[in-house]
Amino acid sequence: MFKYYFEQVNNVEVWPIISLIIFITFFIGLLVWVVKVDKKYIQDMSNLPVEEDAENNKNQFDYV
Amino acid sequence: MELEKFSYDNKIVKYFAVASIIFGIVGMLVGLTAAIQLFYPIFNFDLAYTTFGRIRPLHTNAIIFAFVGNAMFAGVYYSMQRLLKARMFNDLLSWTHFWGWQLIILAAAITLPLGLTSGKEYAELEWPIDIAIALIWVVFGINMIGTILKRRERHMYVAIWFYIATFVTVAVLHIVNSFAIPVELFKSYSWYAGVQDALVQWWYGHNAVAFFLTTPFLGIMYYFLPKAANRPVYSYRLSIIHFWSLIFIYIWAGPHHLLYTSLPDWAQSLGVAFSIMLIAPSWGGMLNGLLTLRGAWDRVREDPVLKFMVVAVTAYGMATLEGPLLSLKNVNAIAHFTDWIVAHVHIGGLGWNGFLIFGMLYWLWPKMWGTKIHSVKMANTHFWLGTLGIIIYALPLYVAGVVQSLMWKQFNPEGFLEYKNFLETVVQILPMYMLRAVGGTLYIVGVFYMVVNLIKTASQGSFVNNEDAEAPALEKKVITGGHWHSVLERKPVLFTVLALVAILIGGIFELIPTFLIKSNVPTIEAVKPYTPLELHGRDIYIREGCVNCHSQMIRPFRSETERYGEYSKAGEFVYDHPFLWGSKRNGPDLHRIGGKYPDSWHYYHMLDPGAVSSGSIMPSYPWLFEDVIDLDKTAGKINALRTIGVPYQDRYEEIANEDLGRQAQKIADNLKEQDGIEVAKEAEIVAMIAYLQRLGTDIKASK
Repeated sequence: MFKYYFEQVNNVEVWPIISLIIFITFFIGLLVWVVKVDKKYIQDMSNLPVEEDAENNKNQFDYV
Repeated sequence: MELEKFSYDNKIVKYFAVASIIFGIVGMLVGLTAAIQLFYPIFNFDLAYTTFGRIRPLHTNAIIFAFVGNAMFAGVYYSMQRLLKARMFNDLLSWTHFWGWQLIILAAAITLPLGLTSGKEYAELEWPIDIAIALIWVVFGINMIGTILKRRERHMYVAIWFYIATFVTVAVLHIVNSFAIPVELFKSYSWYAGVQDALVQWWYGHNAVAFFLTTPFLGIMYYFLPKAANRPVYSYRLSIIHFWSLIFIYIWAGPHHLLYTSLPDWAQSLGVAFSIMLIAPSWGGMLNGLLTLRGAWDRVREDPVLKFMVVAVTAYGMATLEGPLLSLKNVNAIAHFTDWIVAHVHIGGLGWNGFLIFGMLYWLWPKMWGTKIHSVKMANTHFWLGTLGIIIYALPLYVAGVVQSLMWKQFNPEGFLEYKNFLETVVQILPMYMLRAVGGTLYIVGVFYMVVNLIKTASQGSFVNNEDAEAPALEKKVITGGHWHSVLERKPVLFTVLALVAILIGGIFELIPTFLIKSNVPTIEAVKPYTPLELHGRDIYIREGCVNCHSQMIRPFRSETERYGEYSKAGEFVYDHPFLWGSKRNGPDLHRIGGKYPDSWHYYHMLDPGAVSSGSIMPSYPWLFEDVIDLDKTAGKINALRTIGVPYQDRYEEIANEDLGRQAQKIADNLKEQDGIEVAKEAEIVAMIAYLQRLGTDIKASK
C-alpha cells in the first residue's frame, strides 16, 4: 500500500523538520498578529453573535 | 448602501433538533438497557439481537451520530446562517442532508442488532453505509462552503472556523479509517491489519471525539453562549489561538488509546506528549467560555439556559484535564480497560455534549416559536435531574474502575495473584453498576421533562419557517493587503485548505512511518493465517461483538502475564483484519485463551456461562448451537483476505472447505470424546471453538 509509494521518496527525513519550521513560524506569526491586531476588528468580530439581538428582538430570551 | 432582503431557514433547524431529541431518547434507553445487562444478564433476553455485544455499539452510534450529530447540524444551520447573514446555500442540499442522515441512522439501527459490523469501535457500520455517510457528509460540506461563499458578512466568526475544521477532518478520518475490502453486501474486512489497523482506528476514534463531539460544539459554544449571556465572548483573541492550537494538536494524540500495547514505543510517546499539550488549548477554550459570563453570574442563578451551559463547559474542562492525565502511562496502566474510561467519556457525553445541547434547545425553542419557555421550573428540574444523574452515573464508575484495576494487580505474599478468578473482580463492582444505572435513569427522566416542556412551549407559540432578515450585500470591491490572518478570514477556501494541512500533518507523521518502517512490526515466523474454520469463527466473534467486553491484548505487566500468559507481540496480529484488541474488559482478556480449556468447556460456557462460572455476567449464545456456518462464503473470505495481503496459496479457496471439514470433524469428535456431546460439525459453535482455541497459540508452538 502506502509503503510502496513512500519508500521511493528521497530524503524522507527532512520533511518532519520542514513541517516543524512551518508550524513554529505559523504559530509565532499567529501570536504576533493576535497581539497587534486592530482593536476595532476584534470588537466587531466578538459582537457578531450578539448584535442582531440588539437590533430587533432584545428581550426574547429574557423569559425569567 | 442598499439592504438585501432574504430569509433564514428555520424549518431545517427544527427538523434536525427534533430528530436529535427523538434519537437521543432512543440512544439513552438503549444505553440504560446495556447498563442493566451488566448486572442482570437476563436482560440480554437470550436473543441474538439484544445481547450486550450488539446493543453497546447501537448505543454508542445512536448517541454519537444520531443524538449529538443531529444536534450539531441544528446548531450549525442556525448559527451559520445568522453569522454569515445568508440563507443556507441550497434548500435541496439541506433536505438531502437531513433525510440522508436519518436514513443512515435507520440503516445503523437495523444492521447493528443484526450483527452486521466491521468490528471497529465507533466505525462499526458496514461499507455500503460508510459510503452513504461519506456522500451525505459531502452534501453537508458543499452546503456549508456554498453558504460561506455567498455570505453578506466579510469576516468569518470563529464558530465558522470550527465548523469548517469539523467538516474537513471528519471527512478525512472517516474515509481513511473505513478502507475495507468487501466480501459481500454487508461484510468486509478492514484494509489494515493488526498494529496498523489499531493505529488507524484510534487515530480515527480519538479524533472522532475531537472533531465530531468537540470542535462543532466549541463553535456552538462560541455562538450560543454569548447569545444566551447577551454579551460578547470573553476574548476573541484567545479564541483564535484556541482554534489553531486545538486542531493542530488534537490530531496527534490518538495513540494514547494504545499505551502498553504492541504499538511501537515511539508512537505511544508521541501520543502522550501531544495529549499533555492538549490541556492548554482545551482549558483556553473552557476559560474563554466561562469568563464570557463575567459580570453576569447573577443571571446564571435564574436562567436555565446558562445553567446548562455552565455545567457543560465545566464538564468539558474536567474531561479535557482528565484525558491528558489518563494519557500518562502510569495512570493509563491503572485506568485502561476499566470503567474509569467509561466514566470519563460520559462526563464528556452527558455533561459537555448533552448539557450544551439541552441549553441550546431551551434557547432555540422560545426563539424559533416566538414565545417564552413554557415552564422555567420544569427546565430547572431537568437541570438538577441531569446534574445529579451525571454525578450518580460517574462516581460509582470511578470507584468501580479503580477497585477492579487494583484487584487485577493484587498479589498475595506468596507471589500469586490474590484474585485469580477474573469473575471475583467483576462481582465486587456489580453494586457500582447498579448505581450507575440509577444515575442514567435520572438523566433520562430529566430529558422527558425537557420534551414535555418543549412541546408545550411550541404549542403556545407559532413557528416561522422562514425568518425574514435583511443585510447589505457584500461589496465586491477588492481589498488587498491587510494582515495575513484577516486576509485568511476573507478567503474561506484558502482557510479550509490550511485547516486541512494542519490536521493532516499529525496524521501523516503517525501513520506513514508505521506502514513504512518494517522494524515497527517485527515478523514472527510461526504466525500463520487463520484456517478457514477459524476464519468463520472469527467472523462470528466479530458479529457477536465479543470485542466489546474482551480484549485481545496482554500488556507487559507481571499481573497480566501471570493471569493471561505471555504478553502480546506486534507480529502476532499481522493477519488480523480487523484488529480485535478491544478497549474494555468486562470479561477477561482472550489473547491466550487458546488451549487453556478443553473444547467441551467452551461448548458449555457459550451455552450457559452462568452454569460454568457461577455468577458470570456473560450472556448465553444458544443460537450458535442451532445455526450453521455458510460454506459458500468460505471462498469469498479467502479471496478478499488474499487481496489485502494474507498469504493464502493460489487457488486455496477451492480446497478450503475440505480443510474446514477436517478441522470441524476433529472438534466434533473431541467434544464427543470429552463429554459425550453430539454436535453437527457445521454448527457455528464449532467454528467459534476453533477460533478461540487458536488464539495466541502461534508463538506457544514455537517455544
